[in-house]
Amino acid sequence: MNPVLNAGAAPIATSFFFYFLAGAAILSGLLVITRRNAVHSALALIVTLLSVSGLYLMLYAPFVAGVQIIVYAGGIMVLFLFVIMLVNIERVSKERQFNRIWPVGLLASCALLAVFLAAFTKGKDLFHDRPITLPEDSNTQQVATMLYGEVVKTIQNPKGQYMIGQYTFAFEIASLLLLVAILGAVIMTKKKI
Amino acid sequence: MLRGSMNALMSYLDPRVTVTPGQAGNELWALIYVFVIFAGVAVIVLCMNWIERKALAHFQIRLGPMRVGPHGLLQPIADAFKLMLKEDIVPDEADEVVFRFAPVIGLLAAFTVYIVIPFGPTQAVTDMNIGILFMLGVSSLGVLGIVTAGWASNSHYPLIGALRSSAQMVSYEVAMGMAVLSAILMTSMNAAGTGTLSMIGIVQAQQLQGIWFIFKFFPLGFIAFAIFAIAMVAETNRAPFDLPEAESELTAGFHTEYSGLRWSLFMLGEYAAMLAVSSIAVTLWLGGWMRPFPNLLQGPAWEFIFSLFPGLTFGALAAITFISAARMPSHAFFRIQRAGMAIFAALIGLLALLLLVIAVAGRANDASIAARFREGIDYVYWFMLKVAVFMYMFIWYRATWPRYRFDQLMKVGWKVMLPISLGVLILTAIVGVLLP
Amino acid sequence: MVPITTMHYLVVAAALFVLGVVGVLTRRNVVIILMSIELILNAVNLNLVAFSRTWGNLHGQLFAIFIVVDAAAEAAIGLGILIAFFRNKETINVDEIDLLKW
Repeated sequence: MNPVLNAGAAPIATSFFFYFLAGAAILSGLLVITRRNAVHSALALIVTLLSVSGLYLMLYAPFVAGVQIIVYAGGIMVLFLFVIMLVNIERVSKERQFNRIWPVGLLASCALLAVFLAAFTKGKDLFHDRPITLPEDSNTQQVATMLYGEVVKTIQNPKGQYMIGQYTFAFEIASLLLLVAILGAVIMTKKKI
Repeated sequence: MLRGSMNALMSYLDPRVTVTPGQAGNELWALIYVFVIFAGVAVIVLCMNWIERKALAHFQIRLGPMRVGPHGLLQPIADAFKLMLKEDIVPDEADEVVFRFAPVIGLLAAFTVYIVIPFGPTQAVTDMNIGILFMLGVSSLGVLGIVTAGWASNSHYPLIGALRSSAQMVSYEVAMGMAVLSAILMTSMNAAGTGTLSMIGIVQAQQLQGIWFIFKFFPLGFIAFAIFAIAMVAETNRAPFDLPEAESELTAGFHTEYSGLRWSLFMLGEYAAMLAVSSIAVTLWLGGWMRPFPNLLQGPAWEFIFSLFPGLTFGALAAITFISAARMPSHAFFRIQRAGMAIFAALIGLLALLLLVIAVAGRANDASIAARFREGIDYVYWFMLKVAVFMYMFIWYRATWPRYRFDQLMKVGWKVMLPISLGVLILTAIVGVLLP
Repeated sequence: MVPITTMHYLVVAAALFVLGVVGVLTRRNVVIILMSIELILNAVNLNLVAFSRTWGNLHGQLFAIFIVVDAAAEAAIGLGILIAFFRNKETINVDEIDLLKW
């Protein structure tokens, strides 16, 4: 066993982690759509989300991975589990779990998969993986700058000038969206409007 | 292979190394750290069990466990044996797979936080650039363990306890996140204007700015620290926020149906989570591994005095143990307890002696082996001392304050803590911009 | 081993997408349909982040962050609608949620 002192560039470890995470994601995705018990589906979805977060880390997107774990796995899935526990009635677990026209759905999805595979094989040249000279350390600072702008200090203007980021406007609209979602959820679940 | 491992071992002890083992790609040392942290947390949980029972007892003017070892020192080990030998009961209609897996989720979430906690400038498993983000995310996965445990028990009390507990944890996570944001904002109050999310970077920012963040922009740093301190008690379901697991209210809440070793996994997870959030609080506000008064009391003389503290602390502990051994009644029934206590005192005394020798031998400020050992021990010692203060506060809260009712708990979480933490964040930003 | 290229990530994302579509089209339980929608959104996110790495800029990652925010809002509203409906009709089968007004 050769201890690798510079593990960042070891290709064997990278592909092992990729296949492990991708396999975990697809396997738990299968479990999500086939389990009869909704709680089992939710737990499988949590495993999927964590595997996809690991794949983000492999793609050098640490901030998106962190956001995925905090928001998706830690927030949305807790919400799902709460609702499942509130509405999961005994009757549901004894009924049929797939609807009557499931072959049609499966066929349509297979057609969709065929379209994807055709697009991948025909458009292979578009997705060439040229060597990228991205800084391999964290790009979180750049993400933050694009989201809320920065203060640029020049010689002429030592106090600094605030330059708005590319996505600042979208960031503000997203916060408005969340406010609307909160209001909507509260109003819809009140007992008396 | 042996030469390769020796190389890996020595490469971390090289004086030129400036990064943690995880960053350097040194898997062997990272693994060693993981094992040491795992063993350390297990030992600390055992000690915490004893300290909690004795401290609660003394708060209530009684003695606590006294029979199992000298002054009940072997009580946690006896408890561990008892829990391991209990019958493994799985409720009849319970969901077996989820029932067995639920304590593991909570345990994983509590232990994974230790990857980013720094015990020194290079003494951490790794130093992620998004350390705080990782910590917040992983600690929010602990809620899932509780929810699944309550659901899988297939019984009313655990379900209600689990839902209440997870609602409480999610509410206080928001206030905790805002308080953490205030600390992160303070790291950017330097000349370059760039902050950092990495845990080691936060302690180094406190070092560079020369002030612990709890004292920065007084009282803003202190209020942010207070909010985190309250929120972390609520996050770990400890008193006074322990309604979901209180014995008198909900028959032990979400871990009612768990017995024996499974329940001990929950307890282990709870204490590990307490340690983890205390370590986070120490790193973010109390200067991590820095010794007190790094700027006020400078100079090699003060450095030497402060480096004697580890040895002196353990020496004081050894003295207390020895005195308590001497004060035991000299009856024949107490002979073995007295002997055991004296041996324990001797062991602690040996440890104190070893630490004093290292402190004296490494007093030069160069890169020799003894000096680096002394530095490493000092860093870990000051960190663990501050964490120990927090752990004692947890026990103090439990002994002193009555429990919050659940609606009072939620009201405090949303209507008091969240606005205050938002206010502190905004004020910190304003003050940070206005002051040079 | 063949080095991991962008195509590998796209295949994984396509597989997750198709699994999500199968879940939406074939299941009767509303909560599981909502979870399959989350699978679809995750597949899209993975696609975006993989391309962000290919082209070397951060637009894909930022779009992925906004999609996560969006998914949170949509999950909250969807589950709110489900609870409001469940109070009235005591069922969570989409086959039985088929009346505009009753």
